[in-house]
Amino acid sequence: MSDIFKPENDGHVLDAMRWAVSGNAKILEVMGQGTKRGLGPAQNADNVLDLSGLSGITLYEPEELVMTARAGTPIAEVQAALDEANQMLAFEPWSPASLYGVDGGTVGGVFASAVTGPRRPLVGSARDHMLGFHAVSGRGEIFKSGGRVVKNVTGFDLTKLMAGSMGTLAVMTDVSFKVLPKPEKSRTVLVFGATDPGQAMRDAQNSPYEVSGVAHLPTNVAVRSTVSYVSDAGSSVTAVRVEGPGPSVEVRCTALRELLSKYGAVEELHTANTVSLWREIRDVSFFTSERQLWRLSVAPSDGPQIAAKLHGEYYFDWAGGLVWLAMDAQDDANADQVRGALNGGHATLMRASEDVRARVAVFQPQADGVAQLMKRVRAGFDPHNILNPGRM
Amino acid sequence: MKMPTPDAGTIAKRGEIIKRLRAIVPGEGVIVDDSELRTFECDGLMAYKQLPMVVVLPQTTQQVSQILKACHEMGVKIVPRGAGTGLSGGALPLADAVTVGLGKFNTILDIDYENRCVVAQPGVTNRAITDAVEDEGFYYAPDPSSKIACTIGGNIAENAGGMHCLKYGLTTNNVLGVEMVLMDGEVIRLGGKHMDAGGLDLLGAVTGSEGLLGIITEVTVRILKQPDTAKALLVGFPGVEAGGECVAKIIGAGIIPGAMEMMDKMAIGAMQKFVDSGYPLDVESLLVVELDGPEAEVEYLTERVREIAESVGSSFLRVSANETERQQFWKGRMSAFPSVGRISPDYLTMDGTIPRHKLPEVLTRMNELSDKYDLRVANVFHAGDGNLHPLILFDANVAGDLDKAEAFGHDILRLCVEVGGVLSGEHGIGVEKRDLMGEMFTEDDIKQQQRLKCAFDAGGLLNPGKVYPTLHRCAELGRMHVTDGKLPFPDIPRF
Repeated sequence: MSDIFKPENDGHVLDAMRWAVSGNAKILEVMGQGTKRGLGPAQNADNVLDLSGLSGITLYEPEELVMTARAGTPIAEVQAALDEANQMLAFEPWSPASLYGVDGGTVGGVFASAVTGPRRPLVGSARDHMLGFHAVSGRGEIFKSGGRVVKNVTGFDLTKLMAGSMGTLAVMTDVSFKVLPKPEKSRTVLVFGATDPGQAMRDAQNSPYEVSGVAHLPTNVAVRSTVSYVSDAGSSVTAVRVEGPGPSVEVRCTALRELLSKYGAVEELHTANTVSLWREIRDVSFFTSERQLWRLSVAPSDGPQIAAKLHGEYYFDWAGGLVWLAMDAQDDANADQVRGALNGGHATLMRASEDVRARVAVFQPQADGVAQLMKRVRAGFDPHNILNPGRM
Repeated sequence: MKMPTPDAGTIAKRGEIIKRLRAIVPGEGVIVDDSELRTFECDGLMAYKQLPMVVVLPQTTQQVSQILKACHEMGVKIVPRGAGTGLSGGALPLADAVTVGLGKFNTILDIDYENRCVVAQPGVTNRAITDAVEDEGFYYAPDPSSKIACTIGGNIAENAGGMHCLKYGLTTNNVLGVEMVLMDGEVIRLGGKHMDAGGLDLLGAVTGSEGLLGIITEVTVRILKQPDTAKALLVGFPGVEAGGECVAKIIGAGIIPGAMEMMDKMAIGAMQKFVDSGYPLDVESLLVVELDGPEAEVEYLTERVREIAESVGSSFLRVSANETERQQFWKGRMSAFPSVGRISPDYLTMDGTIPRHKLPEVLTRMNELSDKYDLRVANVFHAGDGNLHPLILFDANVAGDLDKAEAFGHDILRLCVEVGGVLSGEHGIGVEKRDLMGEMFTEDDIKQQQRLKCAFDAGGLLNPGKVYPTLHRCAELGRMHVTDGKLPFPDIPRF
């Protein structure tokens, strides 16, 4: 039976950390709403530090494109505030509903797990949008880094380090991040049954038409879409999203249709269907939950060949640079096979049963020198290994 | 500004150090004569000069690794150097350190259009990357003013920005991977041609680390397709507030221009005098707004920006009619530094960032400071992202003027921090702003940053005296000051 601490202010977090490092160090599982507990080995820590009590948007200046929120603020609350000002988190954090069966999530969780969506090649991921933070380190000390402005090279960029650290370095209490205006218009150009999907994706990505998403769904995946143009295609579907001011979107869609028509028949999705399709792509909602799920980040031109080598269902995002691969459940999650197929890049086991995640390295093992360096970096923040040990 | 006291023991064994370096880099790659060392005595922050103990110019990663390993063994400090264009003194030599120049790492190794990236050695200039790919319609987005001379390795060390980072990001958003050598000689690779390096984001931490964490020996950067068209607008205002308001309204309307620069009257006059850029002289502030993308988008946004500008009371507005004119509009802004150099014997370039809406307040207070110090200041401003470059004009031949200019500059940076901004937007801390770190960070903030340094370079041999006023010893930083006795359960709501 674990103790759940639910701090209501920074002082509480500091007290909890000081307690944890005193005497015999105690392990703390740090979490927001726990929606991403399925990512990484299960913690089963004696003590849980539940940050959902640290909640609320503390600064939002739409004209400055910046927001600061307490780490435990529900991401839905942030989205609602942004909606009102017609702005967004441009890196498109995925909803954990399809991946882990629980919806929600907090600001701290989104940045700590560095989630990222289809717009990654155009605007970057959570790490590119996080501007600064306040935290309590695993040493029991309050510290901050970064700020609330985009251009900042004052001291080491600990903000990047904190993004994606899965709560293993420090407990963030506040996060400042960049927000962006929503596009005026969104359309999607579809190519049906593309003859060379990899090339078609790269042609779109490398065009001057500033595409904000390039994905390819093989036939067996496309049929599961809720968008009828995609599910009824009876073929694979390559999707290219175009966003921006109205007149610009129209011109770029026309140009892309022309560019891509040599690969197959083309069609265009309007706003509502565009939103639905890219949500499915972002949230990985095409695969049933009993299948093990891998996420491969690779050079775009490698994606198609790697996927073809592996036995599973897959689709591509990031013009081939991101492969979502669903495989039948195995005790070893086919880890050697999947990672053996890589040619650079990394593979993360995004979903598997708890016992498989305990056995298989969920995150890509790093080369020796880098692994040692990461260990030393971590020790500088959390020398007693009290924060989410083993999570990465 | 005080640099760490040179270590007499190191200087005494200079002969032995040279011998070991010559065994690694043969021939002319080890520079020891004072006359030749003079070339390396400063970087772009020319107020500070120091002859290096010795300069070594390696050509291979293996040589860099051997140099660092040897210096690590001998306890000799290292100052990494690219083209020496940095403005904060990050490459300022030390009397007891080996300057490692990366100038010979000047080859582009791989151009991969399919994956939109270029793999280059760190001594390749920023501009050379664009030059290598522009025939295919690609370019490298971050464009610091020194792009013709500055190196891509130096850009990563400083997290360089430029006019176009409002829309396309800073260096850190455009780097995919590096190969680097740690102080003990170990060679590591972070990232590659894929997105997100995996594990802890060490690539993000290394970018902008000002040569304190390692020496970069190879980089992979993202290239982008050139937009179809670009247009520039010159918009003048009778006051500074209206210029600031125009910027806020453009962004508030959801428009992120490719670049949005602002300058004040003193800067406008200096630039227009230096090169005819079509700038009006009867305005208090001037914006250069660049819109890029497909022609239809540029046309559409140009009209919207025009409407916004007029709505806040612009007194001058011109849209570039063609590419030649667009480039003409940029000429003045691009030559901000030489223009100001023409109207003053010397100048100091500052580099703070502020929340945009604080601009009028900051400019007003800066003018008060200008009166107080009796020194003129010209302002150029990356308006879109709040990055200020006040240029403080002074005359180094007037006794006490440099000190006065520096004190003025420090007051400006304190002001930036006070209104919610930061000490440096893109030039780095180096030695210039080192002693101001305490204005922004607490002792614990700085210690936590230095623990990162300890993970990379426990002996503190890489670029000491830069960024941090004092470098705490790693053993001391590692010590925990928490009670060893058991603390009771904290008084926190529990379930």
